[in-house]
Amino acid sequence: MLQVASVTHRYDVSRPWLHRVLAGEPRQHLTAVDNVSFRIEAGETLSLVGESGCGKSTLARLAVGLHAPSEGTIRFQGETLSSVRAQPALRRQLNMIFQDPYSSLNPRWRVRDVIGEPIRVFGLAADRVAQRRRVETLLLQVGLAAEDGEKYPHQFSGGQRQRISIARALASEPAFLVCDEPTSALDVSVQAQILNLMRDLQHRLGLTLLFISHNLAVVRHMSDRIGVMYLGRIVEIGPADEIFHNPRHPYTRLLLEALPDMTRTGRPRNPVGGEIPNPIDPPSGCPFHPRCPLANPRCTREKPALLLHGKTEIACHAVEEGRLPDQLCANRGCGQVACL
Amino acid sequence: MTLLSVRDLVVEIPSRRGLARPIDGVSFDIEKGEILGIVGESGAGKSLTGAAITGLLPNPGRIAGGMVLFDGNRIDDLPATRMRRLRGRRIGMIFQDPLTTLDPLFTVGQQLVETMRTHLPLSDTAARTRARDWLDRVGIPAANRRIDAYPHEFSGGQRQRVVIALALCAEPDLLIADEPTTALDVSVQAHIIALLRALARERGTAVMLITHDMGVIAEIADRVAVMYAGRIVEIGPVDAVIRHPTHPYTDGLMGTIPSVARRLDRLRQIDGSMPRPNGTRDAMPVGCAFHPRCPKVFDRCRQERPVLHTAGASLVACWLA
Repeated sequence: MLQVASVTHRYDVSRPWLHRVLAGEPRQHLTAVDNVSFRIEAGETLSLVGESGCGKSTLARLAVGLHAPSEGTIRFQGETLSSVRAQPALRRQLNMIFQDPYSSLNPRWRVRDVIGEPIRVFGLAADRVAQRRRVETLLLQVGLAAEDGEKYPHQFSGGQRQRISIARALASEPAFLVCDEPTSALDVSVQAQILNLMRDLQHRLGLTLLFISHNLAVVRHMSDRIGVMYLGRIVEIGPADEIFHNPRHPYTRLLLEALPDMTRTGRPRNPVGGEIPNPIDPPSGCPFHPRCPLANPRCTREKPALLLHGKTEIACHAVEEGRLPDQLCANRGCGQVACL
Repeated sequence: MTLLSVRDLVVEIPSRRGLARPIDGVSFDIEKGEILGIVGESGAGKSLTGAAITGLLPNPGRIAGGMVLFDGNRIDDLPATRMRRLRGRRIGMIFQDPLTTLDPLFTVGQQLVETMRTHLPLSDTAARTRARDWLDRVGIPAANRRIDAYPHEFSGGQRQRVVIALALCAEPDLLIADEPTTALDVSVQAHIIALLRALARERGTAVMLITHDMGVIAEIADRVAVMYAGRIVEIGPVDAVIRHPTHPYTDGLMGTIPSVARRLDRLRQIDGSMPRPNGTRDAMPVGCAFHPRCPKVFDRCRQERPVLHTAGASLVACWLA
């Protein structure tokens, strides 16, 4: 469905021209996405997880064509994204759900106009009556009432607004949806409603999803495959079960280890040190090496490539050289997540 | 020994639409060295409870009933100046957004020193040494150098740690932490959690931890109180509340949280949303506030409001418990 090949995206974060000239500074670039490749097959859900600043949201925007990549190509159903965007029939098959249900809906429009816009733009309804009927169907599909179309966004709660966002995204009859943190602004009980709704809709409509989240538990619930990102690179990508039962990249292990979990009350933890480095000036070699307990001189020099190990692709010299300790965690009683 | 005791706390906020009661009869105790987690959805009254205890209710909110006892003395009716002295010295606070707590015009060292010298009999140099130790303890690398840096020179996670150092440097007996890790990434969050737990264990600091993250609560709290629509619906030891929840709301809430340990086809969901006491969206229901969403509702729930009573190791406000 979607093929991302060696995509790099840089943001220009230089100071204003005069500052640069006066201080004799060069232009500065932030590499938000660094040589990332993956594919998404029709009907599956791929999730990208990582901490803030790892480039997952940039990748989401690249995938729907809101940004053009600095390098590399993205193909949707075999065609490059730039040509997809020139063809309305293809373009309408790509859509996006945003994180913030408060800022992503126009407060001056009635909900029926918000949802009806894609239908009108792509000419998916014969006339206004057909459009109205379609909007009502969509509202019912996402668990709202048909009369809700007459209201304005501010009359709804956060969860209901996210339902409206979903209805709007579905209005163009997409095959592929990019969801950027769709539930992180919501309370857990509402989050469960939205996640259930998204899975139901995916089954019913055969949607392909690219799901972006920092919440590993949400990702676990939603995904067929998972890609873990760190400083603009994918460090581990593979089937969801594999990532959770047998995480091998030290960063994936760190993430799973650090995660608070309800099922493990009073668990002792030994947090792994360090923070995400400044992405403007990333570390040499493997970007994770300053925090990695397994780093050796090679890691500080050479960027590891994403290589296939079993069912997962991992970018780690330690995994490649077989230096990775692979005992399962016994002391925590979870028996699942291997820790370092 | 009970350090903080909140009895039938009622907070009212007058507005054009009438009188809202965002907190309606909340009671709980915190022992010395204990971590009490307060959980609930946004609008349940968690943060407002913290604000009411510290005398920082936003205008025009006011305490309309009940009392707050700290170390055996009433503090809800203290004059502002005495309350201010108590705050900072004996009650420390951490808020969710680290940027608004720090003064951008002073170095973190100056802010720590000022806080300590206000509350403790310390010389400037002694306070500075302590400030450095605190930065070190909360995990700021190269504290020696960083003590003279300004807040904007720190990353978000480090700023939150500075805020924690600031709240702790006067060595308070009670720490009220309102969503201290919500803005942080998981690896940084793990540090903060470990730090809070160490404090409670080593110094005997009592912690009131307000959060919506059940995972965090499960890891560090001793007891947990679940709030719904301005009241506590269940309070008890963390294991009991999380593993064997009694109140239908707590039970439902636990089911809605996805876990990394297992994958379910569907999450359980609680339909509808919490009534807001401000009356804009849904008016507060008569009887039990949860009854319109409750799967086990019966006649009595629609008429009479349940009070907290003992059920096993916990206190539960439900007619079925």
